[in-house]
Amino acid sequence: MSVNVSMTLNGDAVSAEVEDRTLLVSLLRDQLRLTGTHVGCDTSQCGACLVHVNGRAVKSCTMLAVQADGAEVKTIEGVASNGELHPMQAAFKEHHGLQCGFCTPGMIMSALDLVSINPDPSEGEVRGWLEGNLCRCTGYQNIVKSIQAGARAMREGGK
Amino acid sequence: MTDTGIGASVRRKEDYRFLTGNGRYLDDMNRAGQAHAYFIRSPHAHATFSIDTAAAAKMPGVVAVYTGADIAESGMGGLICGWTITGKNGEPHKAPAHPLLALDTVRHVGDTVGVVIADTYHQAKNAAEQIAVTYKELPAVTSVVEAVEENAPQVHGDAPGNICYDWEIGDKAATDAAFEGAHHVTKVDLVNNRVVPSAMEPRAALGEYDMGSDEITLYTTSQNPHVARLVISAFIQLAPEHKLRVVAPDIGGGFGSKIFIYLEECVTAWAARKLNRPVKWTAERSESFMTDCHGRDHVSHVELAMDKDGKFLGLRVSTLANMGAYLSTFATCVPTYLYATLLQGQYTTGAIYCEVKAVFTHSTPVDAVRGAGRPEATYVVERVVEEAAREMSIDPVQLRQRNFIAAADFPYQTQVALLYDSGNYAASMEQALDVADHQGFAKRREASAAAGKLRGIGFSSYIEACGIAPSAVVGSLGAGVGLYESAQVRFNPTGNVVVYTGSHAQGQGHETTFAQLVSDRLGVAIENVDVVHGDTAKIPFAMGTYGSRSLSVGGSAISKAMDKIIAKGKKSSTMETSPSRAPTSKWILPPWPSRLMCRTIIRVRSWSPASTRALFMIRQTSHSRSEPMCARWK
Repeated sequence: MSVNVSMTLNGDAVSAEVEDRTLLVSLLRDQLRLTGTHVGCDTSQCGACLVHVNGRAVKSCTMLAVQADGAEVKTIEGVASNGELHPMQAAFKEHHGLQCGFCTPGMIMSALDLVSINPDPSEGEVRGWLEGNLCRCTGYQNIVKSIQAGARAMREGGK
Repeated sequence: MTDTGIGASVRRKEDYRFLTGNGRYLDDMNRAGQAHAYFIRSPHAHATFSIDTAAAAKMPGVVAVYTGADIAESGMGGLICGWTITGKNGEPHKAPAHPLLALDTVRHVGDTVGVVIADTYHQAKNAAEQIAVTYKELPAVTSVVEAVEENAPQVHGDAPGNICYDWEIGDKAATDAAFEGAHHVTKVDLVNNRVVPSAMEPRAALGEYDMGSDEITLYTTSQNPHVARLVISAFIQLAPEHKLRVVAPDIGGGFGSKIFIYLEECVTAWAARKLNRPVKWTAERSESFMTDCHGRDHVSHVELAMDKDGKFLGLRVSTLANMGAYLSTFATCVPTYLYATLLQGQYTTGAIYCEVKAVFTHSTPVDAVRGAGRPEATYVVERVVEEAAREMSIDPVQLRQRNFIAAADFPYQTQVALLYDSGNYAASMEQALDVADHQGFAKRREASAAAGKLRGIGFSSYIEACGIAPSAVVGSLGAGVGLYESAQVRFNPTGNVVVYTGSHAQGQGHETTFAQLVSDRLGVAIENVDVVHGDTAKIPFAMGTYGSRSLSVGGSAISKAMDKIIAKGKKSSTMETSPSRAPTSKWILPPWPSRLMCRTIIRVRSWSPASTRALFMIRQTSHSRSEPMCARWK
């Protein structure tokens, strides 16, 4: 069965016809062509598909597109503004928080959710928070460092 | 050193696109009119089967269903192993057939019996559920120890006893003699468990066919697109090399698992031509676990002979190495030349002998993953050394220091083929002890114990042969290809630089590192250097990325290309500074390689002598015009 889904996506109103079983990540990637959100495991383990729905982090491979009807959805493509990196993105670049880049959009979206509820997370809090985001390249050390630096920059910049 | 040259702490050029969601991984790519492939995998480790595809073929959206019979009819060959190991008996390793799709027998969970191609992925998957595969289960063996027992289930009829090869290295007689005179022998039995590589990005392939030119383009998650093209042309015989282009875009981690040539990319490209329609496949994570090549899986018996002071006299190692059900592309070299040649470790062990039996089992194929052979060797050496320290009641640091190759003894010829060029292991150990505050450990342990906690400390010395080259050496050891690397460095007429390299990045940051090489040597800022990789239509024939070889071998190729540019530049510079050509110009007087402007003039001249003269005149006569141009070049 085909269903209409309307949402605010990265600030713009969008709508699409989807099969009722379509996952949010498929709508974003395959129909709306926002391929920055990745699929690493299709079982909610890895967090590469993480987006924000109504301001909170959600694994978009585990949510039906129809469940996002009427919601505000933000993906990695909506984080930088006018080509300028968000302080959290800039912190990942500065502290070498990424290598192959595949997990990175999910890491950034997860980090932003963390900072929204805990503006000054400790190292332990960051590590605990990242239990739902896997990285195979970095060993996490610099991801943790990046997120703490990003949080600091956001506090100082009032973001 | 320039501001962005070797050793400069620069930020990565590739990060912006990855941080903003603009990376271009394979599953991000789509082609107009593409169909989707779904592969049918065996749920059994060992079975014969028959397959009925009639119902599936009638399902909505289904374009085609192919089985092993269709592949056999196409005349395509099977997957190959590209490194010949010669056993103790003087014979090459056993290489049983590995058809792209199984014909009548499956040999591991995940072995592939067919493929459905449909308009959408869901249609293909739905149809696959309607394919009737009737399996007749057979006894299976997955452990190497059990696989070599008498009466073990056999994986292949043409590999009796499940033995792929029985290989040896070192001096057996000298090692046996060393053990005879030993004061003490330490023995350990070790299991180095199987690992699944699990790159974050699942493998994927997208085949496209151009009927007009009869060319296939295969986009695939590969660490070495030219090797893929070579194997798929020469052995699979899908298409001749000049009619097959292989492109590997951004790769979301490989760790070895994306070196190898897999059946899915061959079948996808073949189907695209057969259907004259793009065909795409992306693995689900469960498929990655079942079909990406695994690593390690060794079982070893290790013996270390020592004199009364703990001096290492001899090392004897017997290893069973699991190959899985079929030989992957480089599987055979991992437990031999990448493993046993490192058994000297950092020690002066007087005699070493190692024998390796490579064994087929009903499990996913095993090949190179993260270190490949080298970590297995270190595990063997360091575990037995640690155990020996305990048995001999010698401090583990002391025991190692007593046996380290002395700094004065390099170059050092090992007992297992390699020649070590340099090293200072005692100094490394001293530094490690200092950094770890080894002296303070006893106190820390007491403090932990007082808090009801346990604290331990362990040591491991590591040495690794990286680069997997040069070609003459690996060729003499059985490699089917040379393991060199290629590079081109090109100046554009306006002075920016493009590097074409055969090394392909899966997160290593080549676009930055290789730009730094150029920056260092040619004085061009890294933002004016682009690195092109991963496309057989753009780069010269090349060998790709594995074994930590990108900078050592790929970087050397870039360096040699720059040697040629500098030689050419010197030639141009000499021509320009000859009195008859340009006697008064301050811009062409500095010796090569000097200031940017001088190089730019020479570069432009190499493209067009007339324009060089024009540019030269502008520089001489009009600062207002030349300054903005200079700014761009900087």
